Amino acid sequence: MSKNQGGQRHDGRPFLDRHLPQLLIAPSILIILGVLILPILYSIYLSFHEINFSSNTYQLVGLKNYIEMFQDTYYLKSISLTVYFTVITVFTEIFMGVGIALVLNQKFKGRGFVRGIMILPWALPTVVNAVMWKWIFNANYGVFNALLLKLGLIDSYQVWLGTPLSALNCMLFANIWKETPYVVLLTIAALANISPDIYEAARVDGSNVFHTFRTITLPLIKPVVLILAITKTIWALQTFDLVFILTGGGPASGTELMTFFIHKNTFKFLKFGYGSAMSYMLSMVCFVLTFIYIKVFASKED
Amino acid sequence: MNKKLKHVLKRTGLYALVLLIVVYVLAPYLWMVISSISTKVDLMEVPLKFIPRHPTLQNYKDMLLGTSNSTTDAASQFMHAMKNSAIVTVCVTAVSMAVGILASYAFSRFRFRFKQQTFMAILFTQMIPPIAIIIPLYMIMLRAKLLDNIWALTVVYLSFVLPFVIWIMKGYIDGIPTELEESAMIDGCGRLRSFFLIVLPVASTGLAATTIFAFIISWNEFFYALNFTSLAAKTLPVLITEFSSKYGADYILTCTSGVIASLPPVLLALIFQKYIIAGLTSGAVKG
Repeated sequence: MSKNQGGQRHDGRPFLDRHLPQLLIAPSILIILGVLILPILYSIYLSFHEINFSSNTYQLVGLKNYIEMFQDTYYLKSISLTVYFTVITVFTEIFMGVGIALVLNQKFKGRGFVRGIMILPWALPTVVNAVMWKWIFNANYGVFNALLLKLGLIDSYQVWLGTPLSALNCMLFANIWKETPYVVLLTIAALANISPDIYEAARVDGSNVFHTFRTITLPLIKPVVLILAITKTIWALQTFDLVFILTGGGPASGTELMTFFIHKNTFKFLKFGYGSAMSYMLSMVCFVLTFIYIKVFASKED
Repeated sequence: MNKKLKHVLKRTGLYALVLLIVVYVLAPYLWMVISSISTKVDLMEVPLKFIPRHPTLQNYKDMLLGTSNSTTDAASQFMHAMKNSAIVTVCVTAVSMAVGILASYAFSRFRFRFKQQTFMAILFTQMIPPIAIIIPLYMIMLRAKLLDNIWALTVVYLSFVLPFVIWIMKGYIDGIPTELEESAMIDGCGRLRSFFLIVLPVASTGLAATTIFAFIISWNEFFYALNFTSLAAKTLPVLITEFSSKYGADYILTCTSGVIASLPPVLLALIFQKYIIAGLTSGAVKG
């Protein structure tokens, strides 16, 4: 690696001293090369091939996989489902998250406790979250049905996971429940940096609640909200666990988000080349978002 | 009087909102806990009773002692899967911390060529979608006969835990003034010695928070485990899905296993939440 030749000029100190930083990062770099960089490079190679498992042969097919995905109506459908899922989940999480944070920023009895329980959905394994909601939305014995019936909102039990749009919305609901508290926690932390004097001054000036929010609160939490929006988008694009467990992609492939679709094509239909090409496209989208994230992060540090 | 009434209304409105938030956050989890201590008869009743009439810990006993006479095979594998999860999580956390701390120290305190680029590259690798790593890794592990092996799974888990540890620990070390080490070095303490004796003890809260983070994200991981394990190396999250898919649905056992699997991360998060929130805000990227 070129890194190991750089650094300080030879000045008579022993080798270990001169190359200390490189030696310190070497184990991490080796691991990252082995489990991340090499696989991702290998997957470029795979994406230009068609792999036949029965004869164990790789056939070079050029850009075929990349062209095929834009003609694959199921893939295009999974993209539009993913966009729908991502946009709604990120918007709702941010709006609800900031809203809840503003409420929990008020002074009231038991505030520590209420803020404390916010960490529960965040810490819950995604798998447990998914099986939990699957049970709640259960058509015959689910508590969601029981609750709505009791409140008089429905006349009879509904099969919530039975139609594509309803199943997709159930998935959104489960995802938003798990992901919103993270937004709450980070927003509360950002709000803690705002001095109460500013609010007091605004109140004395006769500024109303909305005006205060727009002119004082919003500008101060904007960097955090921006970073949250980008990272949340990246994670939402990669959603797999929830689809796999809650709906299995159905009904009528109406909840097949991109990662699930790619996974199915790769491991069920054994199209490893095609799967690699599609996952490469997803990676590119995430890289662009990461690039924006770094720009935002750098501007926040200044 | 009017002003007082307005105040009372405001307070009532606030408490109503807070109550709504508490119910929203706790109710789903609470229902899973209630389901896990209920009997089938209670849960299958329509209209549903929200409080079980015959609460029982039998499901937990069966699960942990492996004495369940349920039709699902998954219950008998529970302890084995939990052991796998524990081994993988502890090893990944230990290795990531040991290796990651050294790297984050170098990134925080030294100037060297390509430092900024390397550090940014690490952030980028963390944003690679797991599916893009899983496909090529699967091909490699298939050939190397490493599938369904907990040690191979441990190495794979380093791919998302290690970059995360480096990223967060750098933030913590950045926050420690360099004067501390410098004075130690003037006193004749070597660079590395001063790091281990001076910097690390000061960063102990950061160390604790990062260790808990690393523990939680590897304990909760599902996607890699689903693809890289089948029986011998199966972890808890993979097993939980099998109470309801492979062998026909048994929701009570699913809830029981779900509660047990969620206890380590949830309890750790609740106990150490001050550190965790500080860690989340100091540039944490993983949600």
